[in-house]
Amino acid sequence: MNPLLTINSLKKQYDEETVALNGVSFSVHEGEFVSIIGPSGAGKSTLLRCINRIIDATEGEILFDGLNVGNQNKGQLRKLRTKIGMIFQHYNLVNRLSVIENVLHGRLGYKNTFNGSLGLFTAQEKKQAFQIIEILGLEKQAYKRCDQLSGGQKQRVGIARALIQEPRMMLCDEPIASLDPNASKIIMDHLKNITTQMGITCLVNLHQVNVALKYSDRIIGIKHGLKVYDGPPKSITKNQIYDIYESEAGELILELKDQNEA
Amino acid sequence: MKLDYFSKKRWTGVIFLAVFIVLSIWVASYTRFDLSRGLGSFVKAFNWTISSFYPDSASLVRLPAILIKLRETIFMAIASTTIASVFALFFALSGSKVTQVNSFLSIVSRGIASFSRNIPVVAWAMILLFSFGQSSLTGFLALFVATFGFLTRAFIESIDEVGHEPVEALKASGGNYFHIVFQAVLPMSLSQIISWILYMIETNIRSATLLGILTGTGIGFLFDLYYKTFNYHAASLVVVVIVIAVFFIEFLSNYIRRLIL
Ligand SMILES: Nc1ncnc2c1ncn2[C@@H]1O[C@H](COP(=O)(O)OP(=O)(O)OP(=O)(O)O)[C@@H](O)[C@H]1O
Ligand SMILES: [Mg+2]
Repeated sequence: MNPLLTINSLKKQYDEETVALNGVSFSVHEGEFVSIIGPSGAGKSTLLRCINRIIDATEGEILFDGLNVGNQNKGQLRKLRTKIGMIFQHYNLVNRLSVIENVLHGRLGYKNTFNGSLGLFTAQEKKQAFQIIEILGLEKQAYKRCDQLSGGQKQRVGIARALIQEPRMMLCDEPIASLDPNASKIIMDHLKNITTQMGITCLVNLHQVNVALKYSDRIIGIKHGLKVYDGPPKSITKNQIYDIYESEAGELILELKDQNEA
Repeated sequence: MKLDYFSKKRWTGVIFLAVFIVLSIWVASYTRFDLSRGLGSFVKAFNWTISSFYPDSASLVRLPAILIKLRETIFMAIASTTIASVFALFFALSGSKVTQVNSFLSIVSRGIASFSRNIPVVAWAMILLFSFGQSSLTGFLALFVATFGFLTRAFIESIDEVGHEPVEALKASGGNYFHIVFQAVLPMSLSQIISWILYMIETNIRSATLLGILTGTGIGFLFDLYYKTFNYHAASLVVVVIVIAVFFIEFLSNYIRRLIL
């Protein structure tokens, strides 16, 4: 089976000094749950944003579902983006609008300028939005303004907005970095369900190594714009994790199972 | 080190105060502004106001004429503000970092805005007097240009405050530029934008009154006319009407603000 996403020697240079990605390659198969870990400034956010071309890569190639992302024109790119949902650390909602309005924003990629600008959505789209809101347990908040929600609820709105796109893949940039452990668990469980039950591939940037090890089918370690680890969570060793984060043993809060000790 | 830091801060304060005092004394002596005389003439002016600057029953005959001119002035202020705000919104959208189409256009629109903003309304009126003479068009254009500059600047700040985050999210789900403007940027900034427009309408009603003296139109002209023909009672009626109108407009716009915020 062909991979859903293939990244070949991806480079991104912001300016003279800042090389955020320095030749990263990997591929992701349909239905995989992949976590990207690595220290602050390693290039994780840049990597995700190159995949849906919120940022244009400097060099290298990205293939999504057989399409070369870099070669798409404006209209093709919009169409391609509908197939890739994105959720963010700071939720990136339009706070002054209600939950249902924010969820419907996920349909904008399918709308023409007139209908999309005026927010004219079809009855079918609204029905679908309410179904997704219910799946995420937000039915009581559907008409609330988003600035009245808790962080965990906001992130669920973010997930709902991505799901209504009917995406094949989710890019999640530190989805739980601003949440408490309870809300974090709820969000991670939703993401995991999205992969196992809906078959949507997830690529998640995470700062919490334990969470990454627990939920992922595969871990990718990034350091200084380079891929330094790529493999299943079972086989990663403590030393490899210390190496990714460039820290001494004991400085990280880690709970690895004994079999992973090296 | 720490002590040094604090004493340095204190000395800057002392020097600043000294310079300020010297400067005020110098300016006062230059313009021969004498505090006791200033206060004396204030008392005299007050007495005069009490004795002859009030509307009497004869001046009330002129009330309908005054109200017509007041309406003219208020309508001009509102028209110039609303039309300027439409132009300002387009310039602000291309000027703000969040919604700019490209950085060249952004610099151009910021430049035009700060040019028209940094020249005061009165200066614009004087410049425009040469081309359009004493007409309401002059007043309208002067208010329009200055308001356009101010509102562009204010709108750019309101839009900048929205930030990249919701914009990025809508872009990622496949939304186009207009989707982003109408579904994210405007919902987030509209109440601020309306608030600025209301503020500018208030300000422009005051400016339009004064401009009227210069351009010979509206209620400002009427005041000038009565004042110069020694009809102080009618002139004071104009003042009363203006004050009531300004209070009423401010009350109204505060009410609208409370509704939208
Ligand atoms: N818009 C930008 N302009 C210039 N440099 C940038 C920009 N965005 C990121 N960088 C730089 O690129 C590098 C990688 O940043 P990136 O945000 O991808 O890291 P990250 O791994 O997501 O870090 P974190 O875990 O802190 O979110 C950093 O050195 C950062 O300073
Ligand atoms: Mg990041």
